[in-house]
Amino acid sequence: MAERSFKAEVAHLRKGEGDTFTGEGILAITKALLENGVGYVGGYQGAPISHLMDVLADAEELLGELGIRFEANANEAAAAAMLAASVHYPIRGAVTFKGSVGVNVASDALANLASSGVNGGALIIVGEDYGEGSSIMQERSHAFAMKSQFWLLDPRPNLPSITKAVKDGFELSEASNTPVMLMVRIRSCHVTGSFATRDNQRPKLTVREALSNPQSDFARVVLPPMSYAHEQDKIRNRWPNAEKFIRERGLNEVFGPKTAPVGLVLQGGMYNGVIRALQRLGLADIWGNTQVPLYVLNVTYPLLAGEFREFCEGKDQVLVIEEGQPEFIEQQLTTFLYRAGSTVKLRGKGILPMAGEYTGQVMLDGITAFLKEAAPQMLPALVRAPNEDKPQIPDLSKTVPIRPPGFCTGCPERPIFAAMKLVQRETGKLQISADIGCHLFAALPPFEIGGATMGYGLGPAANAAFDGGGERRPVSIIGDGGFWHNGLSSSFTNMAFNKSDGVAVIVDNYYSAATGGQDIMSSRADNPTKATKHPISKALKGIGIDWVREVDRTYDVARMRDVLREALTTDAPGPKVIVASSECMLNKQRREKPLTQKAIKDGRRVEAPRFGVDEDICTGDHACIRLSGCPSLSLKKLDDPLRDDPVASIDQSCVGCGNCGEVADAAVLCPSFYRADVVHNPSKWEARMAAFRTRVIGWLQSRRAARRLTFEGAA
Amino acid sequence: MTLQDRLGAELEARTADPRLSGIIKLAILAVGGQGGGVLTGWIEDLARANGYAAQATSVAGVAQRTGATVYYVEMAPHRPSDPVPVFSLMPAAGDVDIMITAEMMEAGRAILRGFVTPDRTTLITSTHRALAVSEKMVPGDGIASSDEVMAAAEVAARRVIAADFDALAVANGSVISASLFGALAGAGVLPFPRAAFEAAIRASGKGVEGSLRAFAAAHDLAADPPGAVATATEAKPVAKARGPARLLAEWDRLAARVAALPEPVAGMALPGLRKVVEFQDLAYGVEYLGRLAGVMAQDAAAQGWTLSREAAKHIANAMAYDDIIRVADLKTRGRRFDRIRQEMRVKEANVLHLTEFFHPRAEEVVGMFPARLGARLERDPKWMARLDRWFNKGRRLRTDSLPAFLVLHVLGGMKGWRRRTLRHAQEVAHLDRWLQTALAQAGRNYDLGVELIRCRRLIKGYSDTHARGQSKFDRVVTATLRIAAREDAADWCRRLREAALKDEEGKALDGAIKTVESFA
Repeated sequence: MAERSFKAEVAHLRKGEGDTFTGEGILAITKALLENGVGYVGGYQGAPISHLMDVLADAEELLGELGIRFEANANEAAAAAMLAASVHYPIRGAVTFKGSVGVNVASDALANLASSGVNGGALIIVGEDYGEGSSIMQERSHAFAMKSQFWLLDPRPNLPSITKAVKDGFELSEASNTPVMLMVRIRSCHVTGSFATRDNQRPKLTVREALSNPQSDFARVVLPPMSYAHEQDKIRNRWPNAEKFIRERGLNEVFGPKTAPVGLVLQGGMYNGVIRALQRLGLADIWGNTQVPLYVLNVTYPLLAGEFREFCEGKDQVLVIEEGQPEFIEQQLTTFLYRAGSTVKLRGKGILPMAGEYTGQVMLDGITAFLKEAAPQMLPALVRAPNEDKPQIPDLSKTVPIRPPGFCTGCPERPIFAAMKLVQRETGKLQISADIGCHLFAALPPFEIGGATMGYGLGPAANAAFDGGGERRPVSIIGDGGFWHNGLSSSFTNMAFNKSDGVAVIVDNYYSAATGGQDIMSSRADNPTKATKHPISKALKGIGIDWVREVDRTYDVARMRDVLREALTTDAPGPKVIVASSECMLNKQRREKPLTQKAIKDGRRVEAPRFGVDEDICTGDHACIRLSGCPSLSLKKLDDPLRDDPVASIDQSCVGCGNCGEVADAAVLCPSFYRADVVHNPSKWEARMAAFRTRVIGWLQSRRAARRLTFEGAA
Repeated sequence: MTLQDRLGAELEARTADPRLSGIIKLAILAVGGQGGGVLTGWIEDLARANGYAAQATSVAGVAQRTGATVYYVEMAPHRPSDPVPVFSLMPAAGDVDIMITAEMMEAGRAILRGFVTPDRTTLITSTHRALAVSEKMVPGDGIASSDEVMAAAEVAARRVIAADFDALAVANGSVISASLFGALAGAGVLPFPRAAFEAAIRASGKGVEGSLRAFAAAHDLAADPPGAVATATEAKPVAKARGPARLLAEWDRLAARVAALPEPVAGMALPGLRKVVEFQDLAYGVEYLGRLAGVMAQDAAAQGWTLSREAAKHIANAMAYDDIIRVADLKTRGRRFDRIRQEMRVKEANVLHLTEFFHPRAEEVVGMFPARLGARLERDPKWMARLDRWFNKGRRLRTDSLPAFLVLHVLGGMKGWRRRTLRHAQEVAHLDRWLQTALAQAGRNYDLGVELIRCRRLIKGYSDTHARGQSKFDRVVTATLRIAAREDAADWCRRLREAALKDEEGKALDGAIKTVESFA
């Protein structure tokens, strides 16, 4: 039930020796996994790595041929735990999720995995969601590698480097018996390019074969005294082995002249941004040949003291370009120099900003400032003493409105929050906590519902302090994705066990909609490889929550409002849970629009609904918009000198979801909305009856018009 | 100049930074759902198919859900034997050659972010608006100014190509990604011939015909932009009336009376007259002109007739209030049915179902009763509860069906009854009170009178919204009258009114009233 089919992309995965792959970074990584003999793959969807999961889900046939097991894990913790297969067996495994949030969830398993150590290569592919377009808190996954001592790769953002990092990652993991995390930034995941493909490799040992010959070794179990031995093993053996491998295989790269007064040290992911800044300063050419030496850290943990000191030799100053904070790399490199008694001056944060994305401008400003101080002779004269006369561009910061993401046209979640807003008009403001998912957009205008989000599946848990109840009940919101991710255990058993008096609303849009429409336990679709169609209400009953109300058409705003009101006022003890279900409109339209058009073409009867507004009846108060925010419900300025305010107007993108009419009714708004259902290919009888009605109505209309004054242009 | 020549000149002109002159940097700013990804894909394929190395990036994810989204493409001539150029993954301020924005405020955002600079950027933008929620939800007019963005674009960009590429695409049965691609081709800023662009569309294999039509239309528009559209002072079509001769003659007499008024007043009084006559009848129009004459008696040419002009507008709006009769009448007119058939693109072979959403409450029902009886019932909570029980529920009427149409047709024909109703009595009383208050002040402080007249704008909507508007109106007028003696009272009245239109709950108004009270 994904947003789109990935069958075309799957064809790319079959390419072999001598072929060239051209496409997105995340798909290149997927191909590289197959080329490197991976035995099992798992993960949890989320931008920017959803694509990897979606493509593999559609590639069951190919994976079957290669003997690879693909698992759509219940959450990131489950995905990371799956890597346990590589602890004893010499099988390569890879899991993927988004960072840093997915790593947060997975950290329990990752810490145990890192302590146990691995035999087969274990790769954790993290899509680091940081900077512009990010939907999560701005943190680094880097800290997890440091605390659990597994290795972190941050390759240069081009397809050959990223795919090489997959190969290097597996080998590094095996050489050092340590899991490796491959970090790809959001833009690297979506960057396009080409790389030369190789043949796919069957794993040397498949997971099926491993089951025929089970292995165990208590030395690998995280229990005392072995856990103490694990710590020593990390420091005495795994770390030195990793350093040796990184050094010998040249995983980090040095570019530019051997001797120069200054140098730049950067994370691999920063490479293209640094080169662009150097290009703009006239210090690098189009192919990246640079006049300033670069030490590119394709491995950002562990850092190699010897290699770094060699790079610094003969230089006066080096600048560390490290995106994100705290500045772990800069601190470590500073320590290296200090311990060696070096006189090389290390610069970093301070010249570059401590926080925020390193955009083109930040990079240019930072490198320019560094070179101005450390090696002004390298800079072109114009940069040293700018002589610019920039024209004054009018300031638009007060004009241009912000445009945060919001509910799509016809979204089934909109009416839920319209109903909630109506209920709050009766009850006063309620304590509302939210979860992760599209429903979080309700926190923004026009709804402004929900004041906190504590993590995926934690919406109701975030209201636990209020479980004891009070004058008004606390309300929490969670999506179906969050429910199955870990909401059932962390939020709902918490509510049930503590006899919460609170209300929880589960927004069920038929699959994990926000991440691209992946199937989950309660999906309505048939899925040949997954168990679907397990109602959420059944799970709730199973943990002893009896007050459950199901609304199976969220667009019924009045019913939604009444159910919410009932949940807030009933005398029933224990948690009050509402499961509000309607399919994600974005996915539904993508699937059904072509079918509808075909049906019309084929001569079958189709009713196409759409809403409209009678502009003479609309008074321009915009009350309907404050209960909707739908992109297709907009405003229009009338060519009428008597009217000051723009009136509501619905454009042709309306999908006829019904929210406008329901809200107009439930909130007692104005009568200006109407729904027009255009019947394509009506039956003969239907058409004849309609023609008769139209004739009678037309006669009445012209009879009245003839007796009155009417004006041109009026309705 | 051929396209190639123009392009050569274009590339040559960029000699400031010779090392980078080979890289073309193109950014797209779109609203999620506008097909920015499709457009990016076409551009990338186009470049690769023509011997260029190209790289595209985007920040997909939740931003796709109706938010502002950036796509970025870089390309450079490439020989297979050469190493691959190092391209940047994101646009940088001051370093963008071609900026495509799929909506007017997104053009503003691109300028704001520094992606449009006079030394190098060709800005291709659609001038249509997809309003942001913050613009739509204010009770008044919160729409951001496209003119300001356009003015900034003229300064910020080396060259601007602006047109409503959304409408152009829709008119050609396609979507905006296709028309923007056409504009890009027509602008001649990429070193590829038109046929290569069209080949990229064909290769994508989806909705090719419509895309090519929209592409061609936009190409021609961008290649040969129509000169500055003459700001034609097109004579507004005069409200031409139709009807029985007797009524027409009377209408012409009234219209002539309006035409004889001083120009600033006449321009507003004619649509005003038309509105009230359409609402009720010609006699009502005479009443309207009577009220207007009362205002004009206190006004003079020396003041530019502002008071009268504003009164002509707001008296008409107040007299043509929204009652059941008006709504039923408007909903059942033949013109409306024609308009809907056209808007919904209903073809001859189709059948149209029309559903109206009504939710009458006891208030609307008693409003239809004779004034005295209605007033008595309205004071009696028991009766109001009873009426609510009988009437207060959502009613969906199928106006394409005979029973529902007949009900509304009959209600819409009850104009003869209207003047006897409670609602009419209430509206007239309110109107007279408001007008008297304003005129009383106008005598001492002309500007204050004008502002008080303009406060009528606050009353709009139905049911709760109407009640809230009514209460905001009362609060603004009361607060203004408390400081009516001050010289700047008019200014304060305007500020209070604007505050009242800012948000639904009246938070801004609360603040403004507190300020006024602090010195009242």
